[in-house]
Amino acid sequence: MNLPNITLISYGYFGKDLLEKTAEAVILEFQCSVNLIEGHLDLSEYYDPARRQYNGNSMLKLVDSLSFPDSLKILGLFDVDLFIPILTFIFGQAFLGGRTGIASLYRLSNERYGMIRDDRLLLDRFCKEVIHELGHTFGLKHCQNPICVMRSSTYVEDIDQKNQHLCHNCRAELELLLE
Amino acid sequence: MAKKISILIVDDEESVRDSLYNWFLEDGFRVAYAENASKALTILESDQFDIILADIKMPGMDGLEMLRRIKALKPDSIVIVMTAFATVDTAVKALKDGAYDYVTKPFDPDDLTHLIRNATKQISLADENESLRKKVSSLENVEDLIGNSVAMKNVLREIESVAQTNSSVIITGESGTGKELVARAIHANSPRKFFPFVSVHCGALTESLLESELFGHEKGAFTGAMYNRKGRFEMADSGSIFLDEIATISTKMQVELLRVLESKTFMRVGGNKEISSDFRVICATNKDLKSMVEKGTFREDLFYRLNVVNIQIPPLRDRKDDIPLLVTYFIKKYCTSMNKPTAAIDPAALKRLQEFNFPGNIRELENMIERAIVVGNGKRIALKDLPLEKSFVSSSTESLDDFEKAFVLQILNKYNWNISRTAKALKVDRVTLYNKIKKYDLKLADQHG
Repeated sequence: MNLPNITLISYGYFGKDLLEKTAEAVILEFQCSVNLIEGHLDLSEYYDPARRQYNGNSMLKLVDSLSFPDSLKILGLFDVDLFIPILTFIFGQAFLGGRTGIASLYRLSNERYGMIRDDRLLLDRFCKEVIHELGHTFGLKHCQNPICVMRSSTYVEDIDQKNQHLCHNCRAELELLLE
Repeated sequence: MAKKISILIVDDEESVRDSLYNWFLEDGFRVAYAENASKALTILESDQFDIILADIKMPGMDGLEMLRRIKALKPDSIVIVMTAFATVDTAVKALKDGAYDYVTKPFDPDDLTHLIRNATKQISLADENESLRKKVSSLENVEDLIGNSVAMKNVLREIESVAQTNSSVIITGESGTGKELVARAIHANSPRKFFPFVSVHCGALTESLLESELFGHEKGAFTGAMYNRKGRFEMADSGSIFLDEIATISTKMQVELLRVLESKTFMRVGGNKEISSDFRVICATNKDLKSMVEKGTFREDLFYRLNVVNIQIPPLRDRKDDIPLLVTYFIKKYCTSMNKPTAAIDPAALKRLQEFNFPGNIRELENMIERAIVVGNGKRIALKDLPLEKSFVSSSTESLDDFEKAFVLQILNKYNWNISRTAKALKVDRVTLYNKIKKYDLKLADQHG
């Protein structure tokens, strides 16, 4: 059986290690192959000076317009602060049951909250966000299980409460959706 | 979710409609939208929605007029109004006309989640009928709580009866017995299950960190605090908070905790706004809190506030009948996660496991099985794949404590009392090892005795 391919395309500075480890987590969770590539883009046209943030809706559309014919899913990875018009910020978003999602590292680091830098925790949070958004692209909705990666998280502390994996129910649903 | 909640979004801005539509879709709601009030009213004539989220300012009929019409048509509807510029006047007007709540655009994702959760809670309360009120006949989401032994069945029965109440619970048991799993099971079977389960490992945090973790802090509370940070009590609103290793908190934190438990209100560090949160407390400890109260190291008033219900989890050595079931479960769990076919276990290996006393309880058994799958041939777990010292397989008539004491001492001596290496070999954490050393009063000199 050919493994499905997922493209993770990064825009900004992440550190090589973080992206590779994130890709490993994605491979493990979705039993897929991952195409990790570096994208180059002037993000200034997505910047909203009034909010001093980047428009997540436009960036999602941008990533969706990219052509990766061999990839089942594409996730854009950013290091800037994302918003959507109705919300003050987002960690990421995706087309439910679609092909594309985006996730940002920006609000995941401890330093933003006055806490001590913790690279391991940052990686853990980022992996969860990436897997969560990819889960949406596969058609998975938010899950009530408190430790499932598909649990909705609106604060980083919420992300820390869940683990990196799909719960039994979401795993079963994913298998059904992939059939 | 027992019933799929439906939401109608009414807003003239396409980007707002799209954003909210996607957000709610991901949450599993049934969602529809309309770009103006008259279209929304047309939709409502032929379809029912539990929640209507409407902008106040729209061309044509505004949100307030639409609210009045909806309320005349369906007085029970939950209508939440959105405003770009909140003024007291419009807010009061909307609430007087029957709006459930109002929010200012753009909203914090957390506020939106809370608003919808609260509305959902109201809907489920309104919809509650006899069948929903019936006591749950079977426990849900207890997939990791394995066991058919009488002792384990008693624990499951206790979980079932306590889950439906709001009482505080203390779960006691040795390290590795699964106290957090029991706490999760209580939450997952309670009416609070749709709200967060928040766990705090009190033993892992210093006093000042614990304070910030529990109460959160305000943006700018100290250097580098660029954003608000929500505390665990706040996160647990409408849900449950699990305080693990409760016996380790300082006397100052015991006072703070008691105050919060009594008032269910607190302030974020650096904040001056009182925050209230409706949470249920579940605690766990491997210590004897009662004797700590007698010694004066744990507050009596806090103890009685927390200890409304006590669930005692038996150590694995007292429910050895469950070992085959647990072994099967862990084999399946780890073979699946390592993408291997499910392995079998040799009868001799299983027999040896059933004879072993597992000082580290289920966690030790789980680690042992995980290791056996990694080091084994992938098809069968054999005796040689298990890190069991033959001499310590129980067949003697000594007490379990004697046995454990001798075993811990042997491994300590083997590693020259290097705590980290010994703890690793015993597959327990360092705190557990220190507790064992203290419990059995083990000393370096014992190696010669």
